[in-house]
Amino acid sequence: MTALLELENVGKRFPVGRRRFFGGTPQPHVHAVDDVSLTVDRGETVGLVGESGCGKSTLVRLITRLLDVTTGKIWFDRRELAEVPARVFARDDDRAHIQMVFQDAGESINPRFTAANAIADPLRRLLGLRGEALTARVEEAALQCGLPSELLGRFPHQLSGGQRARVGIARAIGTRPRLLVLDEPTAALDVSVQVTVLKLLQRLKADLGLSYIFVSHDLNVVRLLCDRVVVMYLGRIVESGPAAEVFAAPLHPYTRSLVAAVPRLDGERVEAARLTGEPRSPIDPDPNACRFHGRCPVGVARCGTEMPPLRDFGGGRFAACHFAGQAGDRWDKVTST
Amino acid sequence: MMLASHAVPAATPAPVLRVENLSVAFHTRGGLVRALDRVGFSVGAGQTMALVGESGSGKSVTAYAIMGLLEAAGRITGGRALLGDTDLVATPPKELARIRGRRVAMIFQNPRAALNPIRTVGKQIADVLLRHGGATRANAWDRAIEALRNVGIPDPARRAKAYPFELSGGMCQRVMIAIAVAARPELLIADEPTTGLDVTTQAVVMDLIQQMAAETGMATILITHDLALAAERAGRIAVMHAGHMVEDADTASLLSRPSHPYTARLIAATPTAAGSLDSLSSVPGGLPDLRRADIPHCRYAARCERRTDACDQIVEMRAHTPGHGVACWNPLTPMGQPAEGAPA
Repeated sequence: MTALLELENVGKRFPVGRRRFFGGTPQPHVHAVDDVSLTVDRGETVGLVGESGCGKSTLVRLITRLLDVTTGKIWFDRRELAEVPARVFARDDDRAHIQMVFQDAGESINPRFTAANAIADPLRRLLGLRGEALTARVEEAALQCGLPSELLGRFPHQLSGGQRARVGIARAIGTRPRLLVLDEPTAALDVSVQVTVLKLLQRLKADLGLSYIFVSHDLNVVRLLCDRVVVMYLGRIVESGPAAEVFAAPLHPYTRSLVAAVPRLDGERVEAARLTGEPRSPIDPDPNACRFHGRCPVGVARCGTEMPPLRDFGGGRFAACHFAGQAGDRWDKVTST
Repeated sequence: MMLASHAVPAATPAPVLRVENLSVAFHTRGGLVRALDRVGFSVGAGQTMALVGESGSGKSVTAYAIMGLLEAAGRITGGRALLGDTDLVATPPKELARIRGRRVAMIFQNPRAALNPIRTVGKQIADVLLRHGGATRANAWDRAIEALRNVGIPDPARRAKAYPFELSGGMCQRVMIAIAVAARPELLIADEPTTGLDVTTQAVVMDLIQQMAAETGMATILITHDLALAAERAGRIAVMHAGHMVEDADTASLLSRPSHPYTARLIAATPTAAGSLDSLSSVPGGLPDLRRADIPHCRYAARCERRTDACDQIVEMRAHTPGHGVACWNPLTPMGQPAEGAPA
C-alpha cells in the first residue's frame, strides 16, 4: 500500500495571553500539536483517540487544512499541502478530496437548508455543479447513504438522528473525496442506530475506496472500525499500531489506563491504575519532560528530564515511553499496590 | 395482578425508594404525550440500580417526576413514589423542597451547566450545607472545603474560590457530587453523570459516586443510555422503552438471560471489547408516537419480531424467575413459576 496522507513532524502552537511589545517575558504558546508524524494508507482507517484537550481536533483541522501548521509538512497524494495557506486551499482542487463528517449533524447542518440543499452545497462550491448534474449527484450520494429521496426535501429538525447522520455523510462523500475525516460521527446517536451508521461507513469505504481518519473517544467503536489506532496525549503521539493489538496489549501506560477505563458489557475489569489528576498545562511545556510525567503510574525521575521518543517495537507498533516493552512486570507492581 | 408493580422479591432490605405505577403526561400543542406509563421499581440502601434506555425512553422523566422537578407542562397522572413512608407524589411542593437536597439529591449531565456560573463552587457547597447540612455561618466555609477534599479535589482551599468555568468537566462533576452528598441523602439520582466526560475521568467519577454510596449507605439510581456502564456499576438494571419498563433484573441475569426482545436487541447493538462490527445488529424501527390516543398496549410491538396476537392486550410486568421481571407476552425465555413474594 502507498501512503495517501503523510504527516511529517507537524506542530501547531497558538499564542495565549497578551503580547508584550516591550521586552519582558516571551509570548507564551499553547502547544496544541507537537511533532506529530503519521501516515494514512489508501483504503486504511486510522483511529485517533485521546482525552479532550489532547490535540485531536487541532490535528484534524490541520489535516483538513482549515488551520495552518506552525511546523512540519503534510503530504497528500505526494503533494505538499502545508505550504498552501488555509485561505487559498479553500479554493484548491484538492479541497474536494479531503472531506469531513462533523460530530452532531443536527448541529453542524444549516437548519435552514433542506437535506438536498445541504448535500448540494459543497458540490456547488467545490465542483461548480449546477442544474441536472447537481441533482443527479445529490441523489447518487443520498442513495449511497441509504437516504430515501422523499426525505431530501426535509429540514434537519424533521429528520431523526440517524437520518441526520446520513445527511452529514452524504454531504461529505458527494464530492468523491479520497480521504474522509470523521469526527465522532456516532457520538450523538443511540446504540440502536449507531450500528447501522457504522456499517454504512464500512460499506462506503469498501465501495468508494476511501481512507478514513476516525476521531472518537469511544474505544469500543474505534476497535470495530479501525485498522490502526493513534493515541495522543497533550499534543503528542504516545502510541500507535494495529488497533486490535494496541487494545489487547497496550505498550504505553496512558493507553493502558485508557483501555482499562472503558466500561465493558461482560463486567470484566482490566486491572490498571486509575488516572487521577489533570493533564499538565499545554502552555510552553518542558521540552525535556514526558508530557505524561506526574500523572503516570510508572513515572520515575528520568521521565522528568528526558522526553521519551516514539520507538519502533516491530509489527507496526510504536510507543513513546522509556519503559514500554519491558514494563509489564513494572505495571503489575504498580497496580497491585 | 397489580400493574407494573416491581417484580422484585423482598430479598432486598427495606427499599429506600419504591416507585409504583408512576405515570406522567405532558400537555403539548401536539396533544397529550403519555411519557411514562405505570412504571415501578425499588431500590434499597447501598444498592445501585440503573435505568437504561434510548433517548425518549422516559428515564429522565422518571427521575424528574420523583424529584418533583417536572416542567410545567408535565403532570403526574398516577402512581406513588415512596421514600420510606413519604409519598413524594402526594407531598406538597413546599415540603418537597425540604426533602430535595436533604433526603434525595440529584446530579446531572453537563455539570458546568447545572452549577451557578457566577458563584464560586465553595459558596455553592456552603449554601447547601447551610440549608440542609446543619452548618452554621461560622463553619459553612470550612465544611465546604472539607467536602471538596472528600471528593478528591486537590488543593481544596484554593479551588473553593474558583468559578465553574475555571474547573474542568471532571472537577465540576466532583463539585456536583460534593453538593449532592453534602446533606447525606438517602437516595442519589445520577442522570447521565459521566456523559461528555473522558473515559478516564468517567471511571474516576463513577468510582467516587460508588465510594460515597458505600460510605453513607445511600441508594443510587444511575440513569444512563450506556448498557456497558450500567453493567459495570449497577447491581440491578431496569430497561425502559417508550415510557414503559420492559425488564427489571439483577445485572448478571439480565445480561446473560435477557427475556424481553428489546433488551436482547439492545445487548446485541452494544459494542463490546471483543466481537466485530458484523456481529452487532441494530434495533429496527423507532419509538411510537406517544401523542396518539391509541398507543398500542405494548409500545415495542411495532418493532418486535416476536409479536403475536396476544400483544394487543395490556402487558404487565411479571416475574419470570425470582427477581427477574419482564413485561412481554412472548418472552425469549419461558416464564417460570411466579417468584415468591412477587405479585401473583
